[in-house]
Amino acid sequence: MDLSVINPALLLASLMVASTPILLAALGELMVERAGVLNLGVEGMMITGAICGFVIAVNTGSPGLGFLAATLGGSALSLIFAVLTQVALANQVASGLALTLFGLGLSSLMGQGYVGVKPPATPEVNFGPLGDIPFFGAVFFSHDLVVYLGLALTAAIWVMLKYTRAGLILRGVGENHDAAHALGYKVVRVRIAAIAFGGACAGLGGAYISLVRVPQWTDGMTAGTGWIALALVVFASWKAGRVLLGAWLFGGVTVLQLNLQAAGVAIPVEYLNMSPYLITILVLVIMSADRTRAPGSLGRIFHASD
Amino acid sequence: MKNLKTFITAAAVAVGLAANCAAADTTKVGFIYVGPIGDGGWTYEHDKGRLAIEEHFGDAVETVFQESVSEGADAERAITQMALQGADLIFTTSFGYMDPTINVAAKFPDVKFEHATGYKTADNVSNYSARFYEGRAVQGHIAGNMTESNIVGYIASYPIPEVIRGINSAYLHAKAVNPDVEFRIIWVYTWFDPQKEADAANALIDQGADIILQHTDSTAPQAAAQAAGDVVTFGQASDMAEYGPFPRVSSIIDNWAPYYIERTKAVIDGTWETVATWDGIDTGMVEIGEITDAVPAEVKAEALAMVEAMRAGEYHPFTGPITKQDGTPWLAEGEVADDGTLAGMDFYVEGLTGEIPN
Repeated sequence: MDLSVINPALLLASLMVASTPILLAALGELMVERAGVLNLGVEGMMITGAICGFVIAVNTGSPGLGFLAATLGGSALSLIFAVLTQVALANQVASGLALTLFGLGLSSLMGQGYVGVKPPATPEVNFGPLGDIPFFGAVFFSHDLVVYLGLALTAAIWVMLKYTRAGLILRGVGENHDAAHALGYKVVRVRIAAIAFGGACAGLGGAYISLVRVPQWTDGMTAGTGWIALALVVFASWKAGRVLLGAWLFGGVTVLQLNLQAAGVAIPVEYLNMSPYLITILVLVIMSADRTRAPGSLGRIFHASD
Repeated sequence: MKNLKTFITAAAVAVGLAANCAAADTTKVGFIYVGPIGDGGWTYEHDKGRLAIEEHFGDAVETVFQESVSEGADAERAITQMALQGADLIFTTSFGYMDPTINVAAKFPDVKFEHATGYKTADNVSNYSARFYEGRAVQGHIAGNMTESNIVGYIASYPIPEVIRGINSAYLHAKAVNPDVEFRIIWVYTWFDPQKEADAANALIDQGADIILQHTDSTAPQAAAQAAGDVVTFGQASDMAEYGPFPRVSSIIDNWAPYYIERTKAVIDGTWETVATWDGIDTGMVEIGEITDAVPAEVKAEALAMVEAMRAGEYHPFTGPITKQDGTPWLAEGEVADDGTLAGMDFYVEGLTGEIPN
């Protein structure tokens, strides 16, 4: 066992990359749940984004257009859910699960001709001299645009929810949709917008897997990442900062445990394999001891006549 | 998704059954796959074998398959379903299908079963596998010669004899040409999970590995090595030629087609009997994919000579003296490992570090 073989800078750099898909998907779902809607279709929207992004990136040769297509694809799929739950007033849990099944099947169909194809490489942002700073250069200034987008989005969502009027309305709709409605806010419109935003984020996260992390297309390649993102939102008490922390913890421990294995640490592999889940849940549960509760109207159907 | 797939399979098979009634003398051959047929590796090669059957027998044989069947309880359901749908011969193509295959076979005495990479047989169950460790010996030889960091990364799937044999064989042959070589092994506990395989490859590369050997089925580690730029890989189960000539410098190809055609013919002729087949380079079940020019010429020549020696039966990758990891002697000078020990191999050879998980 020789821990010196693990390079902390490279470890932290891979942590940033490994946590990005979960972070993006979880941030999207955070906004959806803050608006009072429970969308269990994250996995389906992610994989749809993954294939949409892959197809467009391969055909146009531009990863940027691929990521754009992924957000549109994820959004488009989430709008099916929006119509079902906000217009047709269907059960949110059932609709969300159906969305996941549909997304997995659809992506498999769309991806038929794309197995074994290599996508164009996503360039890293060039920070010039900043990238040469020892340690910090490798950790913070060696990534692609999507990684920074995830961080910027975390900050933006935090500011929006805490300090802006739009955030207040969104939270109001999520806490008590009847009161928000009585005050004249368009509950359904706010929720549809939130759902579409959630779909876009999930799609982006999915494309990050197929275009950067793996990068290739295979059936079912998101392999449960969407479910982890969903759980993360709950354990993070619906707070953007804690979502970031949770994503880093999960991504970090995942990367760390593989590194520990490779370094030959004498911990049974079975424990190492379950450690990302255990540690993330444990830390976030301890942190949520401040009794933050779920948005009051979460998962409840809203109809203006009630 | 599984439900959806099951439904689609059921629907497809219902159509197939209807067609089957019209031509009662067609032989129906089924395949159970552990990954998607587009994995570019293990399942892809089995499916090539299935397509070879179709091409060879034409209308006399009909094939069906179900992909991404998880090992364990679900496998039993999938195999049963295939048997109920009238398959005459069923190939179950992953180690974890062994007990499910035996269980289902007991209920369908008239159906013939063939299980890949296991060790159990029954009146209507044969098993077959390939001596992948012969290919690993070639990989080890090339890896030991080409590594500059002396660190070889190994992405292992499950701690079963087949995988352990591969690690031992690769290590012995890398060590033979490079005494300083060190193997770093990551157990990912999956045959197919591109994200996890990519993460494992990156973790190994971060720790200085400049050679990555994989015993998992997707091409994700190849993509990770390509992104790193200076890391050598080998195609696993399939040629993975799209990643050549570098990082993929050679490969182990599993060629199941001749075996599948032979066994299907035996069912048609009524001559099928239980066998335990374990073929290697000599019969062509294991092929070594093109060694590219990224490999130094003399290393390539040595590797090819080793392949020929194994083909002719003059060289066995496990030839003594070999000591086990715990220091007890295993094979004496010149002694060759017997198939029984190889089939149940549950120990590392001397020099490998770490423990095999239970």
